[in-house]
Amino acid sequence: MSSMEQLYQQLILDHAKSPHGKGLTDGHAAESFQVNPTCGDEVRLRVHLAEGADPAQIDRVSWEGQGCSISQASISVMSELVEGVPVPSAEVLGETFRALMRARGEGLEEEAEDRLGDATAFTGVARYPARIKCALLGWAALRDALAQSGALDLPGQESTPAPASPVPAASVGTDPATPQEDHA
Amino acid sequence: MTAVLEPQASAPRPELTAAELTAVRADFPLLARTVRGGRPLVYLDSGATSQKPDVVLDAEQDFYTQRNAAVHRGAHQLAEEATEAYEQARLEVAQLVGVQAEEIVWLPNATAGINLVAYAFSNATAGRGGQAARRFVLAPGDEIVVTEAEHHANLVPWQELCARTGATLRWIGVHDDGRLRTEDLATVVTERTKVLAFTHASNVTGAVTDVAAFVRRAREVGALTVLDACQSVPHLPVDLAALGVDLAAFSGHKMLGPTGVGALYGRREVLEAMPPVTTGGSMVEVVTMETTTYAPPPQRFEAGSQMVAQAVGMGAAARYLRELGMEAVASHETRIAGLLLEAVTQVPGVRVLGPLDTQERLAAVSFVVDGVHAHDVGQVLDDAGVAVRVGHHCAQPLHRRLGVAASARASAAVYTTDQEVEVFAEALAAVRPFFGLTDGGAA
Repeated sequence: MSSMEQLYQQLILDHAKSPHGKGLTDGHAAESFQVNPTCGDEVRLRVHLAEGADPAQIDRVSWEGQGCSISQASISVMSELVEGVPVPSAEVLGETFRALMRARGEGLEEEAEDRLGDATAFTGVARYPARIKCALLGWAALRDALAQSGALDLPGQESTPAPASPVPAASVGTDPATPQEDHA
Repeated sequence: MTAVLEPQASAPRPELTAAELTAVRADFPLLARTVRGGRPLVYLDSGATSQKPDVVLDAEQDFYTQRNAAVHRGAHQLAEEATEAYEQARLEVAQLVGVQAEEIVWLPNATAGINLVAYAFSNATAGRGGQAARRFVLAPGDEIVVTEAEHHANLVPWQELCARTGATLRWIGVHDDGRLRTEDLATVVTERTKVLAFTHASNVTGAVTDVAAFVRRAREVGALTVLDACQSVPHLPVDLAALGVDLAAFSGHKMLGPTGVGALYGRREVLEAMPPVTTGGSMVEVVTMETTTYAPPPQRFEAGSQMVAQAVGMGAAARYLRELGMEAVASHETRIAGLLLEAVTQVPGVRVLGPLDTQERLAAVSFVVDGVHAHDVGQVLDDAGVAVRVGHHCAQPLHRRLGVAASARASAAVYTTDQEVEVFAEALAAVRPFFGLTDGGAA
């Protein structure tokens, strides 16, 4: 499989074509709007929390957005992945996915990959620094929405990801996955 | 059409011969490299930044190895030679665009040039520059006019200037094919207009502006004209004096020169009336503890140590382009523009943003592929070794006007070949099928 075929796995193309959770619905606990200033991709994402759960639990997310197949598929896969998941576990998933984006296409340890499930399809994205931000757009929106809802504490944290919490069992790369901006 | 393009209607411009084009390509070492697992590079992103010929690289190397010294100070031989190289480069750039050397100010890039002008207005408005600078004083009720096709570099500085002075920003809109609504000049540009800032050629649509019409209208109302010449100077014969604009900015790195250097042209009397912006060493005459008098242009606008080696490199780039002949460069690129447009319009489900007539445009061809985001288009092209720009190309309002969030852009330079366009066309035809879109017989 070429690098490009690894980048655009069938699962990604399928999700981009028929995204999960797309279409905003009411009854949400919080909403986040994120843009990728490089290309104007954007997502508006609402997090819906399960009633009375302790710790707080994501019931589902709903979203609207436009962007490349990587960003749209990533939001879709994430929406499936976090449905019915307690917020602390969703944060671990987010950390694990961010670690995957720092792994330069090498992937993570088995346990971490099992946790990510379908989201491991994005392993190849990490070979293309300019595309990492596409894959992270939805995860940044989820984290921001959870923080706004009060269900997730992010000390001194804005909406862009900056790993602060421990990442159990994930082989985390040392280089930050810094997306490239382009100009002119 | 602009004055600079008119001569071609009567006298056909010389073409680069195949042998000349081969020789040109040999001047650019980077063009020989491969990408993505051994594919020959097809560089169609010169609108973002051009590649550099050996003469530019050598000029910088020669400066550092033979002449490096502080310019405009010191009595030693190296200082003399460094100063001469620096000023000779200024002359080379001035000659490329038909103006006097003293009318060229070195700046880090075109963005810095436009910002310099905007801040000169601010300073004059704050009372700096005295009576001589009264043309630059703005007040509520005054208007600055731009166009909807501007690169952010020729939009945001004017928004900021309006915010600082209370002036109002207005703009000339664009037609559906990206051409400016030149016919609106009479209504949008009025006695209240103090600045008319516009691009010579859009970095998105490639559309060339009717500069003469803009200048004519600005003169009728006494507005200063500021031209973004970044996309024109590398690709067309440009005579800024003949165009009659008051100020113009262009960058070195888009015209085969180094990064970190650009030029601001200002008509002599305009620069002379403009108050300084960045202050400090090298731009002064007499300094006491209380007050300072300023050097005449261009030094007045060149405070602090300058990017001398880069300026020398930009001078070498200007000389290289003049030796090729801008008529020949433009002629070659017009033909490439035709090939690019043909390539893009032939592929089902692909739409050009911009005019289709090569007499109205440059070889920067932006397009959208139905059902495939620009980033994904760029990725598939990249896999074939083809480098294009994707995104909004620093022109979000224009993309919004044309109803798209992002586009892909193939942009040529003097070194672009027919064969490269063929590789691009083949790769582009594979984009929709790759994403499972097969209508229109593209599969």
